[in-house]
Amino acid sequence: MAKRIDVSGLSAFYGSHKAIDDISMTVEPRSVTAFIGPSGCGKSTFLRTLNRMHEVTPGGRVEGKVLLDDENLYGSGVDPVAVRRTVGMVFQRPNPFPTMSIFDNVAAGLRLNGTVKKKSELNDVVEKSLKGANLWNEVKDRLNKPGSGLSGGQQQRLCIARAIAVEPQVLLMDEPCSALDPISTLAIEDLIGELKERFTIVIVTHNMQQAARVSDRTAFFNLSAVGQPGKLVEIDETERIFSNPSVQDTEDYISGRFG
Amino acid sequence: MDTSAIPQNPPPAAPVEPSEVSGKSVRPGDRVFLGLSRGSGIALLVIMAAIAAFLTYRSVLAIQGDKANFFTTFEWDPTGAEPKFGIAVLAFGTVVSSIIAMVIAVPVAVGIALFISHYAPRKLASPLGYVIDLLAAVPSIIYGLWGALFLVPHLSGLYSWLDDYLGWTGIFSYSQGAARSLFTVGILLAIMILPIVTSVSREVFLQVPKMHEEAALALGATRWEVIRMSVLPFGRSGIISASMLGLGRALGETMAVATVLSPSFLIGLSLLDPGGGTFAQNIASKFSEADTFGQDALIASGLVLFVITLLVNGAARLIIARRKEYSGANA
Amino acid sequence: MSNVITEKRPVADSAPRPPVTLRQARLPRWSPPVFALVALAAGAGIGLVAGLDSKIQWGLIAALLFIIGTYAVAAKVEGARQAKDRLATSLVWIAFLLAVLPLASLIWETVVRGSKVLDGYFLTHSMGTLPDAMVGGGINHAITGTLQQVGLATLIAAPIGLLTAIYLVEYGRGRLAKAVTFFVDVMTGVPSIVAGLFVLSVWILILGFGPSGFAGSMALAILMMPVVVRSTEEMLKLVPNELREASLALGVPKWRTILKVVLPTSIGGITTGVMLAIARITGETAPVLLLVWGAKTINNNPFEGAQQSLPLYVYQQWQQGSEASYDRAWAAALVLIAFVMILNLVARGIARWKAPKTGR
Repeated sequence: MAKRIDVSGLSAFYGSHKAIDDISMTVEPRSVTAFIGPSGCGKSTFLRTLNRMHEVTPGGRVEGKVLLDDENLYGSGVDPVAVRRTVGMVFQRPNPFPTMSIFDNVAAGLRLNGTVKKKSELNDVVEKSLKGANLWNEVKDRLNKPGSGLSGGQQQRLCIARAIAVEPQVLLMDEPCSALDPISTLAIEDLIGELKERFTIVIVTHNMQQAARVSDRTAFFNLSAVGQPGKLVEIDETERIFSNPSVQDTEDYISGRFG
Repeated sequence: MDTSAIPQNPPPAAPVEPSEVSGKSVRPGDRVFLGLSRGSGIALLVIMAAIAAFLTYRSVLAIQGDKANFFTTFEWDPTGAEPKFGIAVLAFGTVVSSIIAMVIAVPVAVGIALFISHYAPRKLASPLGYVIDLLAAVPSIIYGLWGALFLVPHLSGLYSWLDDYLGWTGIFSYSQGAARSLFTVGILLAIMILPIVTSVSREVFLQVPKMHEEAALALGATRWEVIRMSVLPFGRSGIISASMLGLGRALGETMAVATVLSPSFLIGLSLLDPGGGTFAQNIASKFSEADTFGQDALIASGLVLFVITLLVNGAARLIIARRKEYSGANA
Repeated sequence: MSNVITEKRPVADSAPRPPVTLRQARLPRWSPPVFALVALAAGAGIGLVAGLDSKIQWGLIAALLFIIGTYAVAAKVEGARQAKDRLATSLVWIAFLLAVLPLASLIWETVVRGSKVLDGYFLTHSMGTLPDAMVGGGINHAITGTLQQVGLATLIAAPIGLLTAIYLVEYGRGRLAKAVTFFVDVMTGVPSIVAGLFVLSVWILILGFGPSGFAGSMALAILMMPVVVRSTEEMLKLVPNELREASLALGVPKWRTILKVVLPTSIGGITTGVMLAIARITGETAPVLLLVWGAKTINNNPFEGAQQSLPLYVYQQWQQGSEASYDRAWAAALVLIAFVMILNLVARGIARWKAPKTGR
């Protein structure tokens, strides 16, 4: 069910400000691709263009093409709602629906689509998703309690369960561990390793060790100056990026000379 | 600063040697200032207590002189040899017109609030919010004037129509004539409280954390589904308290009702036919012909109105307070 | 690290699902306005044919047709979820129109009908002995009365409200502060007619004074106080604590800190709050009706005898029920609305320019 993403000539704007400029890359299916780079380099913006969340921001606008297998996300007649159902997203801060129970949070997407009708079927999918997010054992006795009562790490895994419950093709993660403690972070990283068997995963991270630990391929983004649009410097296998990158800037960033 | 060390009453501004070391406010300036500001707070409490006390006192005088049951009588004749007056019709009219106003105003106000916060083109949204706030300031007598001279003549067509199709219910039966009925009052009150209910609801909708909306969007929710999943649950208590504030205004509204309603001391089944009355309207209309005892009788009805609005506003505050705890837990 | 580049195209998932498509049949962008036009035309057509004379009915029919039509077409073309979304959108738009029409009509009627007799003569003359059905007369006595009553009310309410807010923010801890906060909330909800009845019972029935502008001012002051307290409190809370501490650390006494640091920082917002409160009580009619009674001639002494006020003038002219008095009522309403709106606009303008520049 995992799909491959081909981006070509993609630029994104906030009003008249260009946030990222002319990015082209390929994201391989069933793998983890990490985006790294200094603050403001547009990696999160770029991530949000991959499920058309960027245009939700006031003034947000995109030029270029994003092919999911062979279908352009920005083609005419494409419904952004359908895109977001196909490309799931996990956010920086865990954001379970505060008024819903744990069960309802996971079931939220399924209920929207109306694909799962029977209660028993719904139960199965919720259980499967929570197991998939390594959360089942911790919450199985309190599925009807509000999701906001969980710890930060558990909430984030609940959000992952919610995202994978609708069986997306791609899972986008925007710094999913930046608000979490080290132990919760480790739990999420393990989970990412398991999830890549089933999904194409793209993760934005500030933490280079994390990128090295979880990803198969790494893309390095940079900007020439503050106020300038961010650009893709290079994308390669993670091992290569961290040992022998082909661009000097990448090496400087990775060895901590700036950023 | 330690306030417990300060005497309860503002002291005479006798020169007190300022003690530099202790840091306690013994300076005359500090004492006078604290005394003044605390005194103002106390004055406010005294006023509230006085309102309750004096209204109750005059009401007791009135009800003692009432030869009929104050709560169940369909009559208002405090000036006769046998003074008889009761609030049954007023209570009915006040509650019914306010309910009509709420049923019309709350959904529409939530709709406008959503329009401003989530649907309107961005350039239109903030001027619209501004205009709504301005409309909340239009004096009620102007709504009354407009209601009596513009709205009433335009409603008779609608009412005959309702009579044609729903007249069999009895509630919507309408015999021709000026549409100066409780239903018209309800419509006018609805228009009057729209701005305030809209403005409070809009504030709450704009406070919905972006991340909750994005959570719904990222699951592939349509705009309506985003609103249903994240905006409305978050804003529910805000809508309720906004409605209660609007209800408080509708219950106590005087002039708009006094100009539009053609009052009577009968309770009819039909809401479209003229007749009925509300507490505030009755006070305004009967005041000019009332002697001292008649004024006491009106004060008694005012006390009932006061208690009702207190209860409604108290409930609204309680809901707001709960919501604060609730949102704090999720911060 | 595992190398996945070789795995160019993964074979289909073991459990094949119905192919997900990103494409979704959508109605073209121009469809809502076109539907709206069609619905309007149909509504007007049905109204004409059925001989409905009220334009309100035409509009309601058109709105219903629009909602149902959009929903049906969307359900057919786009599916149930999109149709529901469109239904919500149409309802929200119609709620907006439904609200805008009466409010716009209110302003329009007031301006059009009010400008008929509004001129210099109207502003500078009182009613005098003019019979109610006659053309002529003016609102000079009402303007004088309103200005005096509102001015007196502000003189009473603004200092008490301000000081109470200072008490709550700067000193208030403990039970008294809690009680004051609670009762300020309660006071906000007191209907204006009840405030009028209170002053009536004490000032006129018990103490035996007659009607006067001042009696009205007291009731207006009761209505104004909680508004001033609330808005001032909000503004004082916006002043960052660092400012207070910086001043106290310099050895400045607390009362001077409040007067010289806290109040000047928030003076813009406080002014706005007081002006909005003034705008609110200017339009109050009910207490004035009970306590000031209304007069036909100028009474320059607010402490003695009946006076007139603008909102009460509107009410009394409406009660007279002649064409001439209706015209005067509209004209006075226009003056009143203009006064309130100008106060509002200026107040909000001040708030915008003098907003405290806090660090947060």
